[in-house]
Amino acid sequence: MTSIPTSGRAPGRWRSEYTVFAVMIGLLVLAPFITYPVFLMKCLCMALFACAFNLLIGYVGLLSFGHAMFMGGAGYASAHAAKVWGLPPELAILFGIAVAAVLGLVVGWLAIRRQGIYFSMITLGLAQMIFFFFQKASFTHGEDGIQAVPRGVLFGFIDLNDTTVMYGFVLVVFLIGFSIIYRVIHSPFGAVLTAIRENEVRATSLGYTTDHYKLIAFVLSAALAGLAGATKVLVFQNASLTDVHWTMSGEVVLMTLIGGLGRFSGPVVGAFVVGALEFKLRGGQITVVEGVVFVVCVLVFRQGIVGTLSTALKLPL
Amino acid sequence: MLRHLPTRIADRSMVLTLCAAALCSAACKKEPAPDKGPGMTAPGSGAAPAPGAGGGKIVIGVLSDMSGVYADLGGKGSVIAAQMAVADFGGTVAGMPIEIVSGDHQNKADVGSSIAREWYDTKGVDVIVDVPTSSVALAVSDVTRDKNKVFLVSGAGTSELTGEKCSPNTIHWAYDTWALSNAAGREIVKNGGDSWYFVTVDYAFGHALKNDATKIVEANGGKVLGEVQHPFKTADFSSFLLQAQSSKAKVIALANAGGDTIGAIKQAAEFGIVSKGQQLVGLLMFIADVNALGLPTAQGLILSESFYWDRDDQTRAWSQKFGAKDDGVMPTMIHAGVYSSVMHYLKAVAELKSAKDGKAVVAKMEGMPTDDPLFGKGTIDANGRKRHSMYVYQVKTPAESKAKWDYYKLIREVPADQAFRAPADSGCPLVKK
Amino acid sequence: MSNLQISNLLAQMVLGLINGAFYALLSLGLAIIFGLLNVINFAHGALFMLGAFIAWGLLHYAGVGYWPALVISPLVVGGLGIVLERTLLQRLYRLDPLYNLLLTFGVALILQGVFQIQFGSSGEPYEIPQALKGGTDIGFMMLPTYRAWVMIVSLVVCLATWYVTDRTKLGSYLRAATENPGLVQAFGINVPRMVTVTYGLGVALAGFAGVLGAPIFSVSPEMGSERIIVVFAVVVIGGMGSIMGSIVTGFALGMIEGLTKVVYPVASNTVVFALMALVLLIRPAGLFGKASP
Repeated sequence: MTSIPTSGRAPGRWRSEYTVFAVMIGLLVLAPFITYPVFLMKCLCMALFACAFNLLIGYVGLLSFGHAMFMGGAGYASAHAAKVWGLPPELAILFGIAVAAVLGLVVGWLAIRRQGIYFSMITLGLAQMIFFFFQKASFTHGEDGIQAVPRGVLFGFIDLNDTTVMYGFVLVVFLIGFSIIYRVIHSPFGAVLTAIRENEVRATSLGYTTDHYKLIAFVLSAALAGLAGATKVLVFQNASLTDVHWTMSGEVVLMTLIGGLGRFSGPVVGAFVVGALEFKLRGGQITVVEGVVFVVCVLVFRQGIVGTLSTALKLPL
Repeated sequence: MLRHLPTRIADRSMVLTLCAAALCSAACKKEPAPDKGPGMTAPGSGAAPAPGAGGGKIVIGVLSDMSGVYADLGGKGSVIAAQMAVADFGGTVAGMPIEIVSGDHQNKADVGSSIAREWYDTKGVDVIVDVPTSSVALAVSDVTRDKNKVFLVSGAGTSELTGEKCSPNTIHWAYDTWALSNAAGREIVKNGGDSWYFVTVDYAFGHALKNDATKIVEANGGKVLGEVQHPFKTADFSSFLLQAQSSKAKVIALANAGGDTIGAIKQAAEFGIVSKGQQLVGLLMFIADVNALGLPTAQGLILSESFYWDRDDQTRAWSQKFGAKDDGVMPTMIHAGVYSSVMHYLKAVAELKSAKDGKAVVAKMEGMPTDDPLFGKGTIDANGRKRHSMYVYQVKTPAESKAKWDYYKLIREVPADQAFRAPADSGCPLVKK
Repeated sequence: MSNLQISNLLAQMVLGLINGAFYALLSLGLAIIFGLLNVINFAHGALFMLGAFIAWGLLHYAGVGYWPALVISPLVVGGLGIVLERTLLQRLYRLDPLYNLLLTFGVALILQGVFQIQFGSSGEPYEIPQALKGGTDIGFMMLPTYRAWVMIVSLVVCLATWYVTDRTKLGSYLRAATENPGLVQAFGINVPRMVTVTYGLGVALAGFAGVLGAPIFSVSPEMGSERIIVVFAVVVIGGMGSIMGSIVTGFALGMIEGLTKVVYPVASNTVVFALMALVLLIRPAGLFGKASP
């Protein structure tokens, strides 16, 4: 019982958590004045994507190897909604999330029929199918992508074309996604997920329909990945095949692995690290370094950055 | 899988996130080198981008495919051509030094437009040249218009750049899909190739080439029997070629370029397409492709180019100079286009004494007729289309060729006024009717 | 259907069969490795690419032609596989098999990236060997001799592998070790060594496929990665541990892809995955697989 997080809090801890949240928000607000806003925005979107992915692997124990289909799929949906249908950004993003959630429902329902490696292989196969669909579909314009996506005016009065305003919006989106995951983990639902990960047979014997829980977690993860993808498309104002390609799915696994699987802040750390890597290197070099990091992490660094720090400092993180 | 990792969330995890974010962001504060990957805008207000040249110099950006299927057509050869132009112009213009940067767009529109944006915002680039791959060119044309800079396209082919997607900041230089179809396409139909089947690469360029060629074929009494599309960068053309073969069309037209064209032609030989009586046409072919195929495979092919290194004394002289810098490889019409467009640009900037207003520079360039050793006499239309002669060539047989790179024999010259689409027909909103 | 359409259909199916040969060879290697090691070898595609590059390198730098390459390349790739297994994979057996998947994925990235840096992303051409040039007119199409050779030799190799695993004593040891390694070890058979050799053999098959593929699909760093995902789908459809299943499914799916190209071309890339989804619904263990948890 002691390893399952409870949602109750002692008063002292309550105050410190809020302090830390405030500090985090403060730092992230100041950051764009020190460094490149577009780089930060990309990292925030990828961090949200990785957190969504981590929800599945860290807390339910399912390695989805095709998560790019949700991020990229929502990206295409939002881009189309914003450019062709002229929807304002908030509706375009919501549409993207809806598409990702429906996709998550279908893929999840199919994939959950198997466990372990089979589950991963199925998600990979289905993601590749989605990739080819997007490559051929006329509305995506294939290799050309959907270009010149308008950022629009949020809620009718916030103009997102200004980089600073856009950054603020992305930050808020990230915090919302982050908080949702936090609340899900710290809830009875989250507790059941952890139980399923630890011992699915036991959870079933306690009366939980584990398939339903897994499916809901999958859809939630897909929807949050969709939120990240839709926001990213508005930042860069184009949607391309890169975001639904299997290398993107591999990247999110890498981020979570570097940061620490199953650690709450692991994927965020990993997203910034991988973002910095891609900023500094080019082309083939990125692939090699990512490969080396994969191998090294899996062999000797399975805890990831956050996990290793946690063990070194002897603090739970 | 992770049964032994604790999941307790603590405040310290937040702090850790922040530290990591701060560290990584701090590490990325430095300006990236010119030819690195997707661009990020410089630190600053985040509002309107920094205007014009970076403090009294002219920066030329050569954006090309440096390592992929089109690398031999543009690539580092384009950088060499740009350097030659700057050197021949004298190294400075209107008292300002000239700098060249280069980048690899990897044939991806998102990478290309990111690099273009970054160059305009943080490197003070005034003009981007080359850019093969039409999907990238269209994206860069949009960015260039937004930032009021100049875009001189030599690499990409889609006639949309001077058609519906024309821009007051873009000039399309070396060739386009309409000109290719009009030159080689018309020649083939007139010689009896009146039924066509297309093998089209599935992106902006392939579609544009197929559409333009279809119009020419039908206008000259031919018929298009069908089309099969293949993904960009295909290795195995067998199933597409067999489709084309089974159509029994007299002409199998390859609406693709570079490595894709080479692959298709080589594999066509395996399936006996030409030996069984069908004619193969590479609608866009460069001398680099013929070199890669070898004369035994390429002999007899009909193609159209706007530049051939061996055409006259002037082109020969320039090409030898180019070859000396490029391991003896002869320039393609893209390389020639980069040289010619940069020269003309510098002339315009010299007259205006400034490069800050992209539209003004382009208007000046359009107002000045051109006469350079590579393309001869030419003009530029209001829709940004550079006009010069196109040439229809046939690849020599190994017996006819007397030296390496002696590959073409001239069939016909199409004079400048007929070689390119009339502005009135282009559908460009900039053209007053 | 007109004569023209029938001949096109037959021609596409023959081509599909040739593609299927590659699927079969690759999924065979994967199935063997998975059967004994419980490892999903993501590096299989990259090792296929390596096999092709070794053949190209042998020709380009050492003047060694196709026929010796057919033997040398698989040996080199197999050797590399043995080194990989000994140094890296072995450490992860006691852990969740997903870690092995991630490790092999990392190896695949390293291989692909190194070749990308060296050779760029466009392909290097590899000439069809002189003896196999030309073609035969079989009525509805001209069948290139080389492609016919690929089909025949893959079939032979696949059947030989199946025979060894299914009908020989060595094969029975392998299958027993899959079921119960501890017991087999107790009988005095060196199971870890058998595992290492098996991995080497599995990837050697991939390297062999690479040499076969070099003249058809010009040799490029990316030639393995998209193909391997299709092969994973093939293995899921056939049944993860079944050798005969992966052979039959490989060839069959190649033909189905060819058929789709004529009947419904837009779906030709996705038909394999759609079938995978279908099989998962109806028979989750795969067409030839045994029911597993």
